[in-house]
Amino acid sequence: MSEPVIKCQSVYKIFGANAERMLKEANGNVDAKTFQENGCIVGVNNASFEVSKGEMLVVMGLSGSGKSTLLRCISRLTDATGGKIFIEGQDLLNLNNKELIDLRRNKMGMVFQSFALLPHKTVLENIAFPLQIKGIKTEDSINKAMDMVKLVGLDGRENYFPRELSGGQQQRVGIARSLAVEPDIWFLDEPFSALDPLIRKEMQDEFLRLQEKLQKTIMFITHDFDEALKLADRIAIMKDGIIEQLDTPANIVLNPATEYVRKFTEEVPREKVLLIKDVMDEITSDDMGDIKVSKDEIIENVAEKILTQEKTVAVTDSKNNIVGSINPTKIINTVFGGRKNNH
Amino acid sequence: MELLKKYPKLFQWLFLLAVFFALCFAIDVPETYKFIRGQAEFVKDPNQSAFVFLGKEVRYYAFDVFWRLPPLLGWLPIWINDSLFFLMNDWMPMEFWNEDTQEYKTRPLVLQITRNLTAFMTFLIELIREILLGGLETIVAFTSWDWIDANPWAELPGLPWTIVAAGSAILAYKLGGKGLALYALLSMTYISIFGQWKPSMQTLSFILVAAPLSFIFGLGLGVAAYKSKRVEKALYPILLVMQTMPQYAVLVPALVLFGVGDHAAVIITMIVAVPPMILLTLLGLRAVPPEVIEAGRMSGCSNWQLMSKVLIPTARRDILIGVNQVIMVCFSMAVISAFIGAKGLGFNLLLALNQLNIGLALEAGLCISLIAILLDKMSLAWANKQVDYFGNLNFFQRNKNSLFFGVIVIVGILLAYFGSIYFKDGYNYLFEVPHNKGISTADFWNKGVDWIFDTFFVYIKAFNTWLIVDVLQPMRALYLRMPAVATLVLVVGAGYLIGGVRSALVVCGLTLFIALSPWWDRALVTTYMATFGVLVSCTIGFTVGTLCFQNKHTTNFMLNVCDIFQTFPSFVYLIPVMMLFGITDTSVLIAVIVYATIPATRYTIEGLRSVPAGLHDAATMSGVTKFQRLFKIEFPLAFPHMMLGLNQTIVFALFMVIIGAFIGTEDLGQYILKALSDKKGAGIGLTLGICVAFIGLIFDNLIRTWVGQRKKHLGID
Repeated sequence: MSEPVIKCQSVYKIFGANAERMLKEANGNVDAKTFQENGCIVGVNNASFEVSKGEMLVVMGLSGSGKSTLLRCISRLTDATGGKIFIEGQDLLNLNNKELIDLRRNKMGMVFQSFALLPHKTVLENIAFPLQIKGIKTEDSINKAMDMVKLVGLDGRENYFPRELSGGQQQRVGIARSLAVEPDIWFLDEPFSALDPLIRKEMQDEFLRLQEKLQKTIMFITHDFDEALKLADRIAIMKDGIIEQLDTPANIVLNPATEYVRKFTEEVPREKVLLIKDVMDEITSDDMGDIKVSKDEIIENVAEKILTQEKTVAVTDSKNNIVGSINPTKIINTVFGGRKNNH
Repeated sequence: MELLKKYPKLFQWLFLLAVFFALCFAIDVPETYKFIRGQAEFVKDPNQSAFVFLGKEVRYYAFDVFWRLPPLLGWLPIWINDSLFFLMNDWMPMEFWNEDTQEYKTRPLVLQITRNLTAFMTFLIELIREILLGGLETIVAFTSWDWIDANPWAELPGLPWTIVAAGSAILAYKLGGKGLALYALLSMTYISIFGQWKPSMQTLSFILVAAPLSFIFGLGLGVAAYKSKRVEKALYPILLVMQTMPQYAVLVPALVLFGVGDHAAVIITMIVAVPPMILLTLLGLRAVPPEVIEAGRMSGCSNWQLMSKVLIPTARRDILIGVNQVIMVCFSMAVISAFIGAKGLGFNLLLALNQLNIGLALEAGLCISLIAILLDKMSLAWANKQVDYFGNLNFFQRNKNSLFFGVIVIVGILLAYFGSIYFKDGYNYLFEVPHNKGISTADFWNKGVDWIFDTFFVYIKAFNTWLIVDVLQPMRALYLRMPAVATLVLVVGAGYLIGGVRSALVVCGLTLFIALSPWWDRALVTTYMATFGVLVSCTIGFTVGTLCFQNKHTTNFMLNVCDIFQTFPSFVYLIPVMMLFGITDTSVLIAVIVYATIPATRYTIEGLRSVPAGLHDAATMSGVTKFQRLFKIEFPLAFPHMMLGLNQTIVFALFMVIIGAFIGTEDLGQYILKALSDKKGAGIGLTLGICVAFIGLIFDNLIRTWVGQRKKHLGID
């Protein structure tokens, strides 16, 4: 397997006057309470993970859980207090200012919760801004920015000012700006949290469409568990600066590691999240009917088909080989079983 | 006992007052004590005591230390003077190349620097002045007088007034639309027709130099303070003192350093105008959302790019409000610096006031106010203007204003040319209306003043006498009757009750400085006048503000009135009061009251307006009457903001009291004015200025601390 694009090893971020000394003394055993008594606030506590190329890692947590701080450590908008961060093998914390600027100009893009557009520039100028900062000729940067305007579907509004756009449109500009330099790594800090629910859903779909096309390596921050489930390849759930669980959406829903994570999963409509392959059994010798379902289907879509059978149903892969089986009882157990009131 | 538990603060205050009055009664007035008039402190008198500190002999009248503290800081002004003198004349003599005599000359470094600075300022002012009015100096600066004699054609011609008037109208149109353009055109035409063109343009050229320079320095220092905590900490005390320092007081040291004239005036104006610019720049930069900064960083901005392309453009509005402040300070300084020989309307105004020619003073004052309002409105319009996008306009659409101005220039020159043929008597009215050839209303006003005096003399006199004899004199006597120790106890106690030990120490330090200076009595007189002014202003301001707030239209109307009044340079206020009350304390106090009522009214309205709409609705739904709402909800919530208004009122009142010295008061201002004409006045002027600033800062500290706590308590902010 190739090298991970982002790699974090025991990253700590502690706010406070003598954070570094306290971290050293704690010897890798950071307790938020004792730190707080000494006037330090623990933002990120021992975060280790990797993100590989083309993968989307969603970091989910409530406000104050340290998810935004973690992202800012990895984009080095703040310096981590301890640990190591590697971006494509480069040690991020050892970069000097010039190398850091270079990295940001070429490899990173970021989208912000409050859009963070420059109020004095038009849509087009906002999108062209990172290119012009890089020193690209005005004409080229405007052309490139125009492509980006089309990519996010804002054609015809390129000469508007941010104040003249709706929230959703402003965030499209934010997305276009972050993509203008064609970064490999894409950071999104609660990009859709400030939007109305309907617009949010629309933007999520749009975002998935973009990612299908672009295949960026993504770190996506959200406080919305449903959003995390919908978008993520893997989800990291954070609480008080600690990553409670990092796993695929299906595993988190089926096997929550801690009580805290379980609370989130309780209300989740499993049939809408889980795929057949997440719950299927081995190939059995049982008599299987003629009906076959693909392993990549969401349960909801094929539940009716399976439940109307009495027999076990065969599960196939994309090449139509039988790779497993599933019987109606399993579906019923998955969807309705294991809930709080069943205990 | 129960009451004591319920209102502990109240009893602490009562206790403090009791101690204060006990001290007042316990300490008798020494028999030898009398209020020293004139500058008798500097006369040698065998009754005086003396001490020597740092080689300076300080003489003073000694009293019981409980009554008046000895002037232990009396050496400070002398020492400042000597240091300045040493710096200017003896420190670091160096060889400098002299262009005129073509040889090296030995000169102290500081003198050389200040001379170069003044030469540069003079050049800038002359350049703009000659573009507007015509002249030789600028060309001389590049060549020499001999060259001018050889080439008599070489002279900047100056712009005809028609071009300047139309040009300012076009600029006003571009910034603020038709109304502002009309105002610009009318006021410029008025200035020209009434024969005030030349002094007005002199004042304008002064402002066009002082304002941009102040802007650049203010922006630069503001950015530096934003980037470095250390710079901010170093600047903070200076900014604080400068906010309450009377502009008058800065004149004196600058006089020593830079001499007399427009250039010195520009430098002083910068000293006064830069602090508010720094504050507003800092405020604006701090208000830039953190995510915008992060977005800039993630776009790969270097530090310089981040500042110039992200931070400053985003903070544009606050920074331009700073420009507006700078312009306002420049106008008020344009008048005050006439004391040190700045030309223009201010000089005419002072001259007219000195001659008690109210009519002329009124005309000059009106012109200053017209230009001040124009520039104020224009800079505000600029601040609030949103950037427009011109990408899809053609050349003519984009540059129509400049093109139009070009046409105006040609038409104006042609008009002036025809004028030179048409007007044979030597005055070309289409180029410039000479000072004494315009329409003058001075006689009319003077007659009006005479008529008022003749008709109402009895009433004015009666009012005047009553005010002075029955109110002012007793109040002044009471203030002077306070023993120094009692005052200290009162102030420090108030500091402790409001802000704890820290506040008490700060306030104690500030008061001690004044008490240990040779001018405690004078400071008491300044305080008494300011107190009287503030009391009346606040009563009027709070009442008017509250009444106007009851209706949306009156609210807006009142705020506009405040805006316009605030634009008048402070000196202008003296004109009408001198018209009515002549040269008395009453005049000063009425000017103080009018001037200081502005912030009182404004802050009352703003405070009441800042009460959240949700609370209004909630109150209405619980069925309150208008009065209940006002007293139970609006006043308590608006009170902290109104107290900030009180703070501003005090600063305004102090300013005006000091300026009132021009009419003749017996307070610190009188001495500042005297220091202006004193060879050794620099140290005295500066120390006096600091004393006034400290009076302001004492109240500032107390009020701000209280407001801070109150706001925290109410959970607003």
